[in-house]
Amino acid sequence: MKSTPRWRRYARMFGPDPAADVEDELSFHLQAKVDDLVAQGSSPEAARQEAERQLGDIRALQQIGASIGEQMERRKRLKDYWSDLLQDLRYSFRTFGRDRGFAAVSIVILALAIGANIAVFSVVNTLLLRPLPFPNSQELVWIAPPPTNCGFSCATYSADAYEEFRAQSRVYQDVSGYEAFTTPDNMRLMGRGEPVPATSIEVIGNFFHVLGVQPAMGRVFTADEVRGGSHPVAVLTDAYWRRQFAADPDIVGKALDLNGMPITVVGVLPAGFDFGAVFSPGLKVDLFTPLDLNYERNWGNITTLFGRLKPGVTVAQALDDANRISPGLYQNVKYPQTLGQYKGNLIPVPLKDYVTGKLRRSLIALWSAVGVILLIAGVNLSNLLLARAAARAKEFAVRGALGASRGRTVRQLLAESLVLSGAGAVVGLVLALLLIRWLAHQGSVALPLLGTLRIDGAALGWTILIAVFTTILFGLVPGLRIGGGNLQEVLKDSGAGAGFGLRHERVRAVLVVSEVALACVLLVSAGLLLRSFLKVLDVDLGFEPDRAASISVEYDDSAPTDVASAAKRSVICQRILARVTGIPGVEAAGMTDYLPLGPNRQWDQPVPQGQQGRVFPPGELPAPLVYVVTPGFIRAMGIRLRGRDFRWADTLQSERVVLINASAARIYWPQQDAIGKVLMRGTEADRVIGVVDDIHEESVEGPMGSQIYYPVTQQGPSSAQLVIRTSLPPAALAGSILRALRELNPKQPAAEFRPIQTLVDRATSPRRFFMLLVAAFAGLGLLLAALGIYGVISYSVARKTQEIGVRMALGATAGRVRREVIVNTLRLGAMGILAGTIASAVSARLIASLLFATSPWDATSYAGMVLLLVVVALVSGYLPARRASGVDPMTALRSQ
Amino acid sequence: MDTAKLEFLRGTLDVLILKALVWGPLHGYAITNLIRRQSDDALLVEEGTLYPALWRLEKKGLLDGEWGLSENNRKAKFYRLTAEGRRQLRHEVRTWEAYAAAVAKVLGATEAPLPEEIG
Repeated sequence: MKSTPRWRRYARMFGPDPAADVEDELSFHLQAKVDDLVAQGSSPEAARQEAERQLGDIRALQQIGASIGEQMERRKRLKDYWSDLLQDLRYSFRTFGRDRGFAAVSIVILALAIGANIAVFSVVNTLLLRPLPFPNSQELVWIAPPPTNCGFSCATYSADAYEEFRAQSRVYQDVSGYEAFTTPDNMRLMGRGEPVPATSIEVIGNFFHVLGVQPAMGRVFTADEVRGGSHPVAVLTDAYWRRQFAADPDIVGKALDLNGMPITVVGVLPAGFDFGAVFSPGLKVDLFTPLDLNYERNWGNITTLFGRLKPGVTVAQALDDANRISPGLYQNVKYPQTLGQYKGNLIPVPLKDYVTGKLRRSLIALWSAVGVILLIAGVNLSNLLLARAAARAKEFAVRGALGASRGRTVRQLLAESLVLSGAGAVVGLVLALLLIRWLAHQGSVALPLLGTLRIDGAALGWTILIAVFTTILFGLVPGLRIGGGNLQEVLKDSGAGAGFGLRHERVRAVLVVSEVALACVLLVSAGLLLRSFLKVLDVDLGFEPDRAASISVEYDDSAPTDVASAAKRSVICQRILARVTGIPGVEAAGMTDYLPLGPNRQWDQPVPQGQQGRVFPPGELPAPLVYVVTPGFIRAMGIRLRGRDFRWADTLQSERVVLINASAARIYWPQQDAIGKVLMRGTEADRVIGVVDDIHEESVEGPMGSQIYYPVTQQGPSSAQLVIRTSLPPAALAGSILRALRELNPKQPAAEFRPIQTLVDRATSPRRFFMLLVAAFAGLGLLLAALGIYGVISYSVARKTQEIGVRMALGATAGRVRREVIVNTLRLGAMGILAGTIASAVSARLIASLLFATSPWDATSYAGMVLLLVVVALVSGYLPARRASGVDPMTALRSQ
Repeated sequence: MDTAKLEFLRGTLDVLILKALVWGPLHGYAITNLIRRQSDDALLVEEGTLYPALWRLEKKGLLDGEWGLSENNRKAKFYRLTAEGRRQLRHEVRTWEAYAAAVAKVLGATEAPLPEEIG
């Protein structure tokens, strides 16, 4: 072989061409063959024919060759690309190794932003994007009327209605529900030392089948066990089984003593099933028992309703179906007047929407907030990289002069930002993991599904997406700026600060202004949410939660007749209250069967005497929420009362008495004093002896409906919660109160002694949760903006050292130099604030529905934001300003 | 041996190509000639299979293709043995020899083997 000739260099000037190569190779072969054959004496034509014959199917050969060639070409390109990339990455690592401070700051900024994003994404993913943790969960619908101000009490159905609905509807595979009025710790587990409280929920027999939950051990309920009279059984949750029974593998078949009744454990549920997480955020259920529909038949509305739609049935079809059935449903088939009570009240919505629908807006707001954080972090890093790039201007100019293309330079810078954002993403992921683990254990936050929070594949994918996004965002801007620089200018220039001059600084100023503007948006949003939260805390609840506490009390008031039972109950309650009020520190004590901001219940709608037949327009007056209380409860709870409280002397032998709230009084007797009037409940006449303030029943923020109080001496309570008011911290009393209760009733379980404030905290916890997160993000945004301002100003001071030196040599005072730098800073800040205020006004409108009693134009929030940002700008401008004024003219002039 | 074309055993062509290139880079046509002359015209490489074999070997990294000028100044693609190709050749020659020896032993046998002992 001779050496490669010159022409060959240009043969493939427009890139490799494997097909042409093959053709060349084969045609050379043919020619060589023809030459040989001619030399042996053949005629040229015969030689050509013979050569082609020997080569066979040339077309096929060419195809094979071309395809192999292309494969090789592809592989080669890929290899080149990788080796370039590896080279870039190696170089990036080397430069960051030299500049550790810069790398550390960038990675920390990125890790915070990316960590926040992953954590919030996981929350959003869990609550909004991921399906509920049930098989084919899209088929599950929650059936209830639209939300009202009486909560579950208006969203439940009677046993008869349930059965009729189930029988008549055609769109469901099956319908189920659970008893809605369970209070925590409603059972006590005996026979193992002190009685231990447990929370049990009665569910309709097919509950687990409809949800598609398979027991981890044993079985769920059989049809026999669902009917009354059979041997009582229970299914345990995984958590309870582990906690209370040390994960006893032989638990199935064992009998537990619950409330003095033997109940056989038939199964244990899988760890993944969390009733509270889906249906009742924050509630920890320990065991499930079958709901006996026959037993509950005369108890009115007690069960919630949900169903599993047949495959392919839409929610709209389900609604049509429900509208067809509901006018014909009885609350109780024995009472014809209950026909049609549920008309328009059976509205199926996807279970997922019921569980998380209310949170959608908050979550989207949160998601946007972390998105803004990411933007700020990206802009900030762009800025840092630009400053760094300016310092490296020479390096890039030299590379350019040596032949590096613009694309190659941009790629180098992108590789650097890839290294940074990759490291940031990894650290961020760790931060997110910690945050998520912490969040998942926030049992006190009443958010659904929080316990199932985890980093999954989707979250990892999101991490990668974010890392790529930031890489491009903050790598491309400096890359393009530098790639486009004028080489000669840079090389001609001398000195470290020289290079990209004014134009460069203007880009950085724009970046800082946008950073400040974004921080504005976050600060205003956080301010508005904070104000809303404070307003919520300020809401007059109608009772005084501080210094009050409650504990669940057990007693036995069973007696052959209602009268005897009421008398027995009266004696027991008096004894308990007398004993408890005797404890030092207890100022007042009383008992109720339901506490505010928790489960509640309704009875029939009473009618004012003499107004029988008056019809209340729907929505004006839902049936009142009912409390059966002892004398003293109103005072212990701190509810304001006009009129008189119940007395022990109000018995079944004396006149029936009630207390009603102000809303009910207003509706029953508009413009009249309700005290002394009589309410009729069927044939029962109840004299109103007092009017109490409305108390926030369902939620702290929601509207209030009508409420009615009956004395325990005249009505049967469904449980007993002792409420005490004290001058001491409630926790200090827990021991002595439990001891007192034990003395009176040795069976009293060790129930939790809860400050009433915890009920309020629970009710406001979602708002607190979101507010704190947004505030934390705003703080982060502010910090990043401050860093950005500081970076730009201190860079510009460094660049002007010489100029400042000259001016000071010519007589400028240090004060003047400092003033100028600060004014410069404030100008940047002011521009950012201006742009930010406009952007905030837009974003505030978007979160308006999340605010409580706060206008989206709330002046305080905006003023606070402006003040905060000006202070931050001042501080971050002051440090470089001091440095500028400290410049020694001689040194500055000599340095260049 | 007469000049009747011997059929190539599977895989034989590859090892012959590798061997042909031991003495220096060659183009495809020269490879066929070399194999034919080395085998005293016993082995005729079919050209339709030669080129795909060359490309395959090149793709595997056993050969390096390079353009150059032939003896009579035409542009031709020369193949050169890579280090990897040399290693492969050594390995295949060893396999081939062991195989050939085994076959020869069987074919050259003059009496039936002793009956195997039953263990």
